[in-house]
Amino acid sequence: MTKSLDTGVPAGTEPTASGPADVDRAPLRRHRRNRALIQLGCIAVTLFMALPLYLVALAAFTSRSALDRFPLSLLPTDLSTETIGRFLASTGILASLGNSLIVGFGALVLSTVVGVPAAYALARYAFRGKDSYQLFLLFTRALPIVVLSVPLAQLFLSAGIYDTTYAVILLHGALALPTTILITASVFVSVPVDVEEAARVFGCTPAQAFRHVVAPMALPGIAAASIFTFVLSWNEVLGASILTLNRRTLPAQVLTSLNESPLAYRFAGGFALVVPALLFIAVMRRWLTNMWGTTIR
Amino acid sequence: MAEIRMEGLVKTYPGGTERATDDVSLDVADGEFVVLLGPSGCGKTTLLRMLAGLEFPDAGKITIGGEDVTYRAPQDRNLSMVFQSYAVFPHRTVRANIGFGLAMRKVPAAQIAQKVAWAAELLQLTPYLDRYPAKLSGGQRQRVAVARAIVMDADVLLMDEPLSNLDALLRLSFRAELKKIVQDLGTTTVYVTHDQGEALSLGDRVAVMRTGRIVQLGDPLEVYDRPADTFVGGFLGSPPMNFLPATVHDGQLSVAGHARPAPAHLQGHSGDLVVGVRAEHIGISGINDTDGTNGIEARVDVVEPTGSAVLLTTSVGAGPGPAVLKVSAPPTFRARPGDTVRLDLAPDALRYYDAETQLALEP
Ligand SMILES: Nc1ncnc2c1ncn2[C@@H]1O[C@H](COP(=O)(O)OP(=O)(O)O)[C@@H](O)[C@H]1O
Ligand SMILES: [Mg+2]
Repeated sequence: MTKSLDTGVPAGTEPTASGPADVDRAPLRRHRRNRALIQLGCIAVTLFMALPLYLVALAAFTSRSALDRFPLSLLPTDLSTETIGRFLASTGILASLGNSLIVGFGALVLSTVVGVPAAYALARYAFRGKDSYQLFLLFTRALPIVVLSVPLAQLFLSAGIYDTTYAVILLHGALALPTTILITASVFVSVPVDVEEAARVFGCTPAQAFRHVVAPMALPGIAAASIFTFVLSWNEVLGASILTLNRRTLPAQVLTSLNESPLAYRFAGGFALVVPALLFIAVMRRWLTNMWGTTIR
Repeated sequence: MAEIRMEGLVKTYPGGTERATDDVSLDVADGEFVVLLGPSGCGKTTLLRMLAGLEFPDAGKITIGGEDVTYRAPQDRNLSMVFQSYAVFPHRTVRANIGFGLAMRKVPAAQIAQKVAWAAELLQLTPYLDRYPAKLSGGQRQRVAVARAIVMDADVLLMDEPLSNLDALLRLSFRAELKKIVQDLGTTTVYVTHDQGEALSLGDRVAVMRTGRIVQLGDPLEVYDRPADTFVGGFLGSPPMNFLPATVHDGQLSVAGHARPAPAHLQGHSGDLVVGVRAEHIGISGINDTDGTNGIEARVDVVEPTGSAVLLTTSVGAGPGPAVLKVSAPPTFRARPGDTVRLDLAPDALRYYDAETQLALEP
């Protein structure tokens, strides 16, 4: 973060004391001050994001009795797995965690398999109705999920897939499709046509050129889109609640039991909701930013 | 290795009104190095892309090694190509880049390694084999693109302005290297450039193109010395050929107010024409030198020493529109702007063009 904001004065080239005495050092001081301010800003933003996470994690790993104490300690003084353990052991939680993972990855696969070819077509070809197609893509997101889910529930009931993870995968996959398409299309646009043509000349069929050259070069975009999809699916409650009864995803399960659960469980639930999404992002980050010896172009 | 035969290639891009190539026919012999030369937008790249299969012609036929490849996919033509933008694969190491084509052909790994080592050695890339292209300079990337093309043992090697993104010094040195490499390989090569120096120095033959057509095809010296029209003369050479209005009457040719007997093939001619002459074929002497009595008087406007010569921009004749002549004088020649000099146009260095059609009036 701070690295990319560096104005390009390499370390170690700062004037030494033995240089001429009459150098105007004011710009250098200003440069250093600006850099310090930017770092300060970064720290502030990071704290703003990280502090709630820390508090939730702390509460999740504090025993119930310690949580009720006053004043509450902000340091991890008496850790215990009692709360989180009980939360995980309570009925339906582990199963719904599994459901959430299945739905998350299912939606990811679905939106990638359908979305990436569409994105490639949008990026590479001029065709009739291209603009209206792009606009149409966003319509799925214009409808409130509730409005979408009720007729879907009826449809799935008659199709016999109501209250299955497939139903939720279909919903989440469809919801994620527009972002998947738009994000990956913009990355396909940045993959030079020349490079693809070079692959063709050097022996690739169109499909091979895509697999060996275009797709690897578009990986950061595909990674970004998949983070988007996974997190969307992981957090989506309304549709998942409407389309399932027993096979709830984690947020739907937590939501239904929220009112009956004590405060400590809510923290544990929050923690269980945050961690897998964070882990997923941490893994995908590798492809998101690091490209073959350079930072992303 | 194979010969290429292009017949009547016509291509109009979708949405385009002009033909990008207009009925182009060209034969390239086995092992020959042909350069397509022309200004930007004349259709050179389009022609090359049709050869590569990256673009299909609207009409016409392409055969390579006797096989009709007109509408074949690029991967089925057994050719390789060096792109203007290098088009190296950024997500692969130099080694994988060079070996890409062979790997796609499922050549055994040991053989690929051997080929890659050979090409890397030839193009001085050995120390960089495990780097990614992002960590190479432009010149090195260009070398990777060339190495990737030459390991293929393809029938045909295509190059689209491969040197145009290099800086001037690198361009000159790499040009000579490229010439040697391609000569040693002996592959049939079609090379596209808008740089006349490159075309003259590299090609066995040069095809000069203009607005989608080949206007002259010949060996470099012939194209340089006997341009088929004023466009070719004005495009080739640095400085380009000088053109002067002239008239022929009663067997007398008069150029810039200077009369002399017309050459034999213009004896029957009467009326206006255009005379072309190269800067280095114009003799020059100071106005007071006694031997230059029959020269044309000219005023020096600009003096540009180039090291190996002195380039003079002179104007001939007074009046509203004096003709401008670029003269390449020996490096020892001294003149200053405003001086008057005497120019001598050697008769056998003069080329004659029709004033209307701009086409050469051949003997
Ligand atoms: N993809 C394209 N779509 C439409 N017109 C094109 C395309 N590529 C080239 N042209 C047009 O075709 C003509 C020839 O282009 P090109 O072959 O690229 O010329 P050159 O390589 O000689 O500079 C130009 O007028 C150009 O505008
Ligand atoms: Mg071009």
